[in-house]
Amino acid sequence: MQFGIFSVGDVTTDPTTGRTPSEHERIKAMVTIALKAEEVGLDVFATGEHHNPPFVPSSPTTMLGYVAARTERLTLSTATTLITTNDPVKIAEDFAMLQHLADGRVDLMMGRGNTGPVYPWFGQDIRQGIPLAIENYALLHRLWREDVVDWEGRFRTPLQGFTSTPRPLDGVPPFVWHGSIRSPEIAEQAAYYGDGFFANNIFWPKEHFMRLINLYRERYAHYGHGTPEQAIVGLGGQVFMRRNSQDAVREFRPYFDNAPVYGHGPSLEEFTAETPLTVGSPQQVIDRTLQFREHFGDYQRQLFLMDHAGLPLKTVLEQLDLLGEEVVPVLREEFAKGRPAEVPGAPTHASLVAAANSAASVTA
Amino acid sequence: MKLAIVTAGLTQPSSTRLLADRLAEAVRRRLEERGEAVDVRVVELRELAVDIAGAFVAGFPNARLRTAIEEVTRADGLIAVTPIFSGSYSGLFKSFFDVIDNAALEGKPVLVAATGGTVRHSLALEHALRPLFAYLRAVVVPTAVYAASEDWGGGGDAFTDGLGARVTRAAGELAGLLEHRAPRRDDAEEVVPFEQQLAALRPADGKVR
Repeated sequence: MQFGIFSVGDVTTDPTTGRTPSEHERIKAMVTIALKAEEVGLDVFATGEHHNPPFVPSSPTTMLGYVAARTERLTLSTATTLITTNDPVKIAEDFAMLQHLADGRVDLMMGRGNTGPVYPWFGQDIRQGIPLAIENYALLHRLWREDVVDWEGRFRTPLQGFTSTPRPLDGVPPFVWHGSIRSPEIAEQAAYYGDGFFANNIFWPKEHFMRLINLYRERYAHYGHGTPEQAIVGLGGQVFMRRNSQDAVREFRPYFDNAPVYGHGPSLEEFTAETPLTVGSPQQVIDRTLQFREHFGDYQRQLFLMDHAGLPLKTVLEQLDLLGEEVVPVLREEFAKGRPAEVPGAPTHASLVAAANSAASVTA
Repeated sequence: MKLAIVTAGLTQPSSTRLLADRLAEAVRRRLEERGEAVDVRVVELRELAVDIAGAFVAGFPNARLRTAIEEVTRADGLIAVTPIFSGSYSGLFKSFFDVIDNAALEGKPVLVAATGGTVRHSLALEHALRPLFAYLRAVVVPTAVYAASEDWGGGGDAFTDGLGARVTRAAGELAGLLEHRAPRRDDAEEVVPFEQQLAALRPADGKVR
């Protein structure tokens, strides 16, 4: 099982000091956070993609390429890559290039994006969100698997005799996750291709995501990729820790109360009861995260949101120390207990190459 | 048969609740006369005001509000009653329906009613509540019941039925719809098979690709 962090990349004023980092500071902080993730033994760093203030990560492969050059083990991913408003040809090229530079330590998560104006800014219509996600991904999927592509669709100029370069490393495309907060169509899409499905799990109660994940597992089996239990599931989570749980609550409360997404609404106590947000001691985070398996089944990837709502970099790095040193080692051990042998781990470049080779030898 | 009552009265006791209860009782009586057992559930929006505001900010309804929403969406019929404020439904009333999925009331028989200080606002039922439920694709019964202050003390006149008669007429209309209702759709997740989603996007010129 893989553990990591995902970042929205928001520039938010620290409500306790009134200080707002510059874009430059925030971009550098994201890189520092990514490097720290590898240092403390996490497996994955994923960046968001946004095209409006107050968010900085508009160019994910640029940032991930830089992080790739300064890390050795970390898998670089996205949360999410906008499959609706990006040209699928450019996604195919950018991420294949990144995959080569990072020696395969790359996967990505498709998302539609929920910021209305971004669609027209990129010449699209938000009402076509699902059709865009379906058509664009169908093209991307072919571009990485067929050397020469003839293609015609609704949303993009046709292609005749097009080869996306560079070709994927070792002939194996990066693994793809599909993220969705509410659309069964996306769970169905992930199941159809045998790709991973990621439930953000942060902004809604778990029952909501249980329905989507159960649907995905069932349809994954329907399409013959394996049993429902073998489907590739990722979950988000959100935590803030101090050794003493009262200290965690006291320190995090002003950030929660003023957070861009849910601030000025429900209380911290209500939100922690209703959603997977956990504010407390490392042990409380361990206990809560282990419950995810009871609700969603054995899964492959757990990402935590750690650096948002104006938390200062120093605090985030302390959080990552606690996460990497005290929480994740216990989670690895506990999640391994009772995990059926037939439930796979998260796909990596090495595992995908091995699978492709064994498929080839069977064919030969 | 399940009947949900949504009432947006703010005082306790409130004339809005009083009107809701009279309508519910009249519908229950009509259905029971025809041998239907009726389970009436009342959703008092006053008790959910903070939860409703929280749902707007947080982006999802909390457990208490989810329970109330389910009472309404799973009911066979709905009686929705609001005080008239500034010439329309109250903000709280509209907010409750704003946090419900906009397809969740499709085809549901609804009786709309309102209370107000003056009878001059009675058409708010026709120009505010009826279009709201039309947008939600609910089926609103022809008689909408408005109770102004004076209605609680007087009967009808030569030109209009009194409150009692209008309650009875509206209740009869709702009961009639409920007796002939189509079976309620269950909440199972509906999936359009992926091939079908892909096929819908293929250019329509029939060329083989």
